[in-house]
Parts: sequence; C-alpha cells; structure tokens
Amino acid sequence: MEMSRSEGIRAVKKGLLLLGAVTVAEVLISLLGKGYLIPGLEEYSFLFVITGLAMIVLSLYKAYFIVYEFMHLRYEVKGMALSILLPAMLLIWGLIAFLWEGNTWGDRREEVQYEIPQDIEQQLDESEGEPVKELDNHEH
Amino acid sequence: MSEELLETTETQEQDNWSGGKSPFKTSYGKLMMWYFLVSDAFTFAGLLIAYGALRFSTPSWPVPDFVFSTAPFGVTGAPLIFVTIMSFVLIISSGTMVRAVQEGARENKNGVVFWLLMTVFGGIAFLGCQAWEWNNLIAEEHMTIFTNPFGTHTEDGVYLEGDGHYIEKGDEFKAGESYLIHKHHGDWDPLTFRTESGVVKQQEFGPKAFGALFFFITGFHGFHVFSGVVILFIIMLNVASGLYVERKNGYEMVEKVGLYWHFVDLVWVFVFLVFYLL
Repeated sequence: MEMSRSEGIRAVKKGLLLLGAVTVAEVLISLLGKGYLIPGLEEYSFLFVITGLAMIVLSLYKAYFIVYEFMHLRYEVKGMALSILLPAMLLIWGLIAFLWEGNTWGDRREEVQYEIPQDIEQQLDESEGEPVKELDNHEH
Repeated sequence: MSEELLETTETQEQDNWSGGKSPFKTSYGKLMMWYFLVSDAFTFAGLLIAYGALRFSTPSWPVPDFVFSTAPFGVTGAPLIFVTIMSFVLIISSGTMVRAVQEGARENKNGVVFWLLMTVFGGIAFLGCQAWEWNNLIAEEHMTIFTNPFGTHTEDGVYLEGDGHYIEKGDEFKAGESYLIHKHHGDWDPLTFRTESGVVKQQEFGPKAFGALFFFITGFHGFHVFSGVVILFIIMLNVASGLYVERKNGYEMVEKVGLYWHFVDLVWVFVFLVFYLL
C-alpha cells in the first residue's frame, strides 16, 4: 500500500493519538474504579465490574486497531484474514472454560486436604505391590 | 444477470485456487509470519488465561496498583504511572515501525534505515524500563518466583507495630487493603496486627503464583521485545547495505519484521490489561 510522505505521517499520527488516548482513558478508568480519583468510590463493588468491562472493551478496540491498521489485515484477502481470525476465536472458549475452572478451585479450596488422612495412608502401605483396583474396595 | 455475476465470481475463485498464483495475494513468507504470530498468540493467551484462573482460585490477590506504584528517581505512591509510560514507549515504537514500512513501499532507503533505527531505540527504551521494574521488584521489594511479599488483608483491623516507613503503630486498615512485608538484614519482618474480631495475627505472604506468573509472562514478553530489537537491527543493516533494493519487492522483509513488532505491541495491550489495569 503506497502513500505519499505526508499521507503516511498523517495516518501514523492519527493512530498514535488514538492508541495513546485510549491508553490514558484505560488508566483513568482503572484508577477511578480503585478510588484514587474520587476517594470512597472503591466501596461500590458494582463499579469494579463496570470499570473492568470498560477496560476490556477498550483493550479489544486497541487490539483491533493494531491488527487491522498497523498490521494491514484490513487490506488482505478476506479468506486470509479469516484463516487468522477464526482459529483465534477458540480463545473465547479457553477464557470462559479456564476462568470457570479457576473459580471452582477457589470455591473448593476448603475441601482440599493437604495431609493424607491416616487410614488412607495405611491402605496405601498395605496395598503396596498390589493392583491399584484393590484400593477402591471399601465401605460398600 | 445475477446468475452471470455468480458464475464469474465462481470462476474467479476457481482461478485463484487453481495454481500458478497466490490465492491469498500474499507471499509465502508474509503468510507464514502471520501463522507464526497466531501460534505465538495462543502461547501468550495460555499464559494470561492461567494467570486469570489462578487469580480466581485464590481468596486474595496482590492489588496491582499497590504493587506497581513506584517509578524511577524515588517516586513512590504513583499507581500505574510507570507502566503507562512503558506502554507509550511501545506504542510510539509501533508508530515508527509503520513509518519504516511506508518508506519501504516508497523505495526510500534512507527513510527505512532512519525509522528502523528509531524503532530499535524504542525497543531498547522499553527493555530499559522493564529492567528497572524487575530490579525494583527483586532487589528492593524482594519478590522472587518462590516468594511473594505482597499480601492482602482479609479483615479490618489495626496494626500493633510500625515498619518505620509507611505504617505506624495504631494505624487502621480495611479488608482488601494490600501490604508489603519488608526484609531487614536478610530476615523477613511481618508486622503483627489485631483484627476486628480481636485476634492477633501476623502479616502473611501473598499467593506464591503471583511472582512466578509475573516474572514468566513479562519475561517472555521482554524476550520477544529483545529478539525483535535484534532482528530489527539486522534488517536495518541489510536495508543500509542495499540488499532489498536488489530484490525489488518493495522491502517486503521490513513488512515482515513490522508484523512481528506490531504483534509485540499487541501482546503488551493484553499484558497491560491483565497485570496492571484489572
């Protein structure tokens, strides 16, 4: 994609101003949500969700701009762009699945026993050298 | 009429895929750079999602605007300011990279060399900032991949002793407030406090995973920046030697390294979001 010098400089300036402004907005939103700009605001927990969502949306916008304009994906053949973007959609599943999983780990933290209870330890000793299925044979 | 149009587009598509020319109208090298970046994006996404999963699994997590509130020249209590500056450095270097690609398309050799050099400087500046940040965390605040001195209170309470810097005896704190356990002459010095319910406790270390995740993820990104700087420098020398004038392909190599460099900036957008903003 060829453009004249002044056109190119204008495009870069526009891109830098946009990315810079969005970054500043993100930082301000983050500090606002944590009560640095207006003290006491961090007490409202719903604000945490709203500011979080706002920052995620702004970051996705920055990513879109970098990929489509700076990396020129907008000007590529549609099939090529799809061959890059569609696999990346798998990450949406990954994000939901693993955050869900992490949340469950947190909820079940109390159930985790860090020491092996004695009776199981005994069973382990007894079953040494025996097939693993023998372990399951109790309390039926 | 519409059927005719359909037929022509179909034959065009068949032509595109019947061999002899690139159906994606791009070169092998550029396409493969894109696919490499897709795989690299998955690696980074895996790491960042792991951060999220572990953060969700822990009752308390270090608050980033407390952890990252120092800047060079003795600035303290300035949450997120230094990392914002780091972000700007990377964004600007991305802009200079776009300029280098534009000058390449215009076959302006000196312009390409100049803007690639500016991009190299941007990359080095970012690495310098990161080196300072790591040094501050390791040498001043004693965070390692095994120890995380940044903890968070889970109950309201009052301190029974001071640390001689920021906390004094009798200072009150609220649940969710973060603290840093100091190290004096090689020994950890956790402060004692009384919770609202009257129990006397000592400050506890924060979740171990924080340090490991921080150093690994920002380190992996920093490694990408470092290799980017090296590649940019080599390409710059090649441009200066006139190699790409001979190839007559509009400085395609500069475009490829440009894709890589923008990707590094793209990853930082998400590292910045996950580690610092949220």
